[in-house]
Amino acid sequence: MNFGNLFRIALKALSNNKFRGFLTMLGIIIGVGSVITMLAIGQGSKRSIQAEISEMGSNMIMISPGGDRRGGVRLSADDMQTLKVKDFEDIVEKCSYVSLASPTVNASGQCVYGSNNTPTSVYGVNLDYLEIRNYKVEDGDTFSEQDIKTAAKVCLIGKTVVENLFTNGENPVGKVIRFGSIPLKIVGVLESKGNNSMGMDQDDLLIAPYTTVMKRIQAVTYLQGITCSALSEDYTDQAIDQITKVLRENHKLKDGDSDNFEIRSQQELASMMTSTSDLMSTLLAAVAAISLIVGGIGIMNIMYVSVTERTKEIGLRMSIGARGMDILAQFLIEATLLSVMGGIIGVIVGVGASFVVKALLAYPIHIQPWSIILSFAVCTFIGIFFGWYPARKASNLDPIEALRYE
Amino acid sequence: MREIIKLDGIKRDFIVGDEIVHALRGVSFTVGEGEFVTIMGKSGSGKSTLLNILGCLDTASQGDYFLDGVSVRDMDKNQRAILRNRKIGFVFQNYNLLPKTTAIENVELPLMYNNKYTRDQRYARSVEALKAVGLGDRLEHKSNQMSGGQMQRVAIARALVNDPAMILADEATGNLDTRTSFEILVLFQKLHAEGRTIIFVTHNPDLEKYSTRTITLRDGKVISDESNKNVLDAADALSRLPVEND
Repeated sequence: MNFGNLFRIALKALSNNKFRGFLTMLGIIIGVGSVITMLAIGQGSKRSIQAEISEMGSNMIMISPGGDRRGGVRLSADDMQTLKVKDFEDIVEKCSYVSLASPTVNASGQCVYGSNNTPTSVYGVNLDYLEIRNYKVEDGDTFSEQDIKTAAKVCLIGKTVVENLFTNGENPVGKVIRFGSIPLKIVGVLESKGNNSMGMDQDDLLIAPYTTVMKRIQAVTYLQGITCSALSEDYTDQAIDQITKVLRENHKLKDGDSDNFEIRSQQELASMMTSTSDLMSTLLAAVAAISLIVGGIGIMNIMYVSVTERTKEIGLRMSIGARGMDILAQFLIEATLLSVMGGIIGVIVGVGASFVVKALLAYPIHIQPWSIILSFAVCTFIGIFFGWYPARKASNLDPIEALRYE
Repeated sequence: MREIIKLDGIKRDFIVGDEIVHALRGVSFTVGEGEFVTIMGKSGSGKSTLLNILGCLDTASQGDYFLDGVSVRDMDKNQRAILRNRKIGFVFQNYNLLPKTTAIENVELPLMYNNKYTRDQRYARSVEALKAVGLGDRLEHKSNQMSGGQMQRVAIARALVNDPAMILADEATGNLDTRTSFEILVLFQKLHAEGRTIIFVTHNPDLEKYSTRTITLRDGKVISDESNKNVLDAADALSRLPVEND
């Protein structure tokens, strides 16, 4: 008995019961379709988060003063004054894996221009910061190194602040606004970055030299943080090691002491954020996989009924020379054909549904080729697995009994 | 004359509950090539059991069975399946055609289980077999579009297609009306005339007159084994049947 003949026989048997075959496949179609759609949605949201993160700078490292205990009272990181400009300077000088570094000092307050005012934040940074965070100046120019040295009263302005303050459409470059009581001259307008994945407006800010914010606005001598950039994403860990070493030395920590600062990398943040969407897609895929198994049981059920119903046919086939394994193979091929055809339709339905989701809900989707290949493999497996028992039953029939069966 | 069937002291016991039922109690006979044998017997005579053994669907508890010179006794299920495929053509009372399947596909079936045949050979032989039973013009008719007589002809074609050593017919006219029964008998006599070996199992005593030999079973034993000196011509009987006017 060759495979081609068995295949023909199985195909013929299936075509005799098209509607039933379709209903049987429906379970697999829904299962595979949902697996592909769910994975496409899950992967789509993961990719969009990753894209946003890499826009923020994928090799970014953030250093903040860690919370510490003083006389039994745990203090919040904002109250710590351990991070100094010296730390920043040493990082720039000693850490070879760090390519860019900027101190950060932030202040919140009311910003006024003419009769308009808006609450916003001012970020005190240096020029590296723009590069680390991918901020670009759309109009005008950045402040200069000289401005940093002299703590000049200049700033770059975000689009949201522009909209709130310059309501009549005048060009903000060269105008002087007031942040709290400090007048700042706008030297450039930042290109819009939109909201980040947390929903925060990244255009609602002013960027000023850190010296200006430290000396003129906050009147402090310490930094709230240092933002660095590793040579590349791959060197993030080495960069963190170097920074840790420099900071421990500067802060005169002994071997047993714990760090009084905190270093977080964008990678960590990314993996934290994608882990949520990973979890979501795992759950969705698990639910979809269950429906695939239910589909498989449907196939088993129908094959089982089919064996009983076709007992006489099996008896006849045996009497004219079909061996047990021929019958086994025939029913296995039937079951596998059902599940694989269901799989093919399911892939088409799944891909179609993914595009419908994209078109109607504007949800980011990404169809993974491996999910399609996996679906086929799973379908074949399901066909064989769930077809095995009924096929085995068919092949073990006694031809005499089977022929007599009514 | 070549021996197609040689039965030597065949016994077949079934265990039903605590009892042993002796369905066959030592059956011996030989059938030569080209014989047309009727095996007669009432129900309970062991006729069906003998048929199953002759058809290699079952094996004897005791005794030897040679089919076309091959000993069947020690064969396993798969070997017997292959033997059935190459040596035996079955014709059943209820035709046993595959539903929703064309005549040609039904006839091709035994050859599907034989790797020797290519697709074209299979088709050619099936067409030939259908022509031999007078259905050369009905190749693509489906089994549910045919009359009982036509279905039985398809079944006979299916039995012929593998050129078997013997045709084993089990009450082959049992479901047919008188006229159609005679038509089928005419066909069997024609096949016999062409040199085929035919074993015809029936409980209908009218049929034995058309075969060359009758073996009668009772209670698992052969009680008579006679050649028929005066074989009736089925075609003749058919022509004498009153013509139906509908």
